Amino acid sequence: MSSNSDLEKNPNADRAEWMGVLARAHAQSLAKCFDTISDPPDFRWLRQPEVGAVMTRGRAGGTGQMFSVGEMSVTRCAITMESLPDVVGHAYVQGRDIEKAKAAAICDALLQTSRRDEIWAKVIEPLRSEEKERHLKSRRKAGATKVDFFTMVRAES
Amino acid sequence: MYVATKGGEAAIEATHGLIAEERRGDTSVPELAIDQVRNQLGRAVDRVMTEGSLYDPDLAALAIKQAQGDMVEAIFLLRAFRTTLPRFGATQPIDTSKMIIRRRISAAFKDVPGGQILGPTYDYTHRLLDFGLAKSDQAERVAPEATATDPTMPRVTDILGAQGLMQAETRSEPEAEPFDLGRQPMSFPADRDQRLQNLFRGDEGFVLALGYATQRGYGRNHPFVGEIRMGFVEVVFTPPELGFPISIGTIEVTECQMINQFQGAKGIEPMFTRGYGLAFGQSERKTMAMALVDRALKASELGEDRDHPPQDEEFVLAHSDNVEAAGFVSHLKLPHYVDFQSELSMLRGLRADALKTPGQEAAE
Repeated sequence: MSSNSDLEKNPNADRAEWMGVLARAHAQSLAKCFDTISDPPDFRWLRQPEVGAVMTRGRAGGTGQMFSVGEMSVTRCAITMESLPDVVGHAYVQGRDIEKAKAAAICDALLQTSRRDEIWAKVIEPLRSEEKERHLKSRRKAGATKVDFFTMVRAES
Repeated sequence: MYVATKGGEAAIEATHGLIAEERRGDTSVPELAIDQVRNQLGRAVDRVMTEGSLYDPDLAALAIKQAQGDMVEAIFLLRAFRTTLPRFGATQPIDTSKMIIRRRISAAFKDVPGGQILGPTYDYTHRLLDFGLAKSDQAERVAPEATATDPTMPRVTDILGAQGLMQAETRSEPEAEPFDLGRQPMSFPADRDQRLQNLFRGDEGFVLALGYATQRGYGRNHPFVGEIRMGFVEVVFTPPELGFPISIGTIEVTECQMINQFQGAKGIEPMFTRGYGLAFGQSERKTMAMALVDRALKASELGEDRDHPPQDEEFVLAHSDNVEAAGFVSHLKLPHYVDFQSELSMLRGLRADALKTPGQEAAE
């Protein structure tokens, strides 16, 4: 699902990609990957975790006029690290899980540093393949319910 | 007459205790957990999220448990909670053409690109009670798997639209901020954005009845299910402090595109017209009903006569919200002692006058 054209156009595509993977990950999976990071940094809050909502929008007919659909709960926070105070890690993640938002913000910060490759391998890559696997399984189950039409040919006498 | 209205605190406290006990029920039966409601009563959760206007399956499950399964009460609880959340902003429109599809059918085209995908549906069940479910065996149910469906599938209405046979969905340039009932009071005449949001949150029973009425002749518009699709879409949001769009989550939605006949009117050539339905989760019946009513409400734009309730936006939009409707009906339970006393004394006065002059009414 990361083929969203708006994401592709933006120059921060790399960061948008990993922030999306972190936000869409299951909380337990993110926690598990986060625990494999060796020596997580000391951080301080720039913005304490806050639970709020965004109004999701849709389009009439899928393509037409925008309309307000309904809200979705979201948790956001921002951190900086004691060792690199110029780097800011942000998180905007669906739901009300404060631990998930915290882990996502710390990963976002680390991914902007020289530890990028390590975090990518330990967190982003496993979460991305888990999501891919989840979608594939869902599509395979849907695929089993695909209708095979066959046409009866009437014998002409 | 002055009526003192104090007291009742002890009675109110006792009724809170009584509902708490009743909600828990027989303590020899295990207590219902929120994740059981979320996992095993998913369609109830979907309805509460849609009409409660907040996508949060855990909170919807909690509301259902707290309301003892009273859906309108659960919707009210979720709506009330929603007002306590700070609003971070509005997302980009969800793109249903990029949906990870779980179900996708068309009643208009048999051989639609991507195929007819039944997905999880009750359509082909026999609607016989399954007594096997009355026993709680722990048997794992595993659905079969086959070749995966296409990653994305074209919307049927887009295919027809490309052939120019279909009323186009248009956008204004530049695009206006959509109406938001969470922030603005209802206003008339209502544009499509306000109507769609209202129908999205509207009571399923009410919208279903109105949609049914259009089929029975009260605003007939000859509908076909162009497409129903159900699955997961990404939610993309631009946090102001970042300034670029990021994906912040995934939601499950159902979308219904209804295709309707239109004979043409003064200055409008004959073409197919459209009705649109959308809901959180797996809410197919609701989206179909919504699409029928959305189309009916286009009557004035298409120069059709507005003779029936489903075509009357003030009637539809002002009465679709079950939180408002339940609130106004329920207020009749509040003490009206003084009102009623005045009615009573007026009625006694009228009757006394009538008795004093017998036969006069009949003579008039």
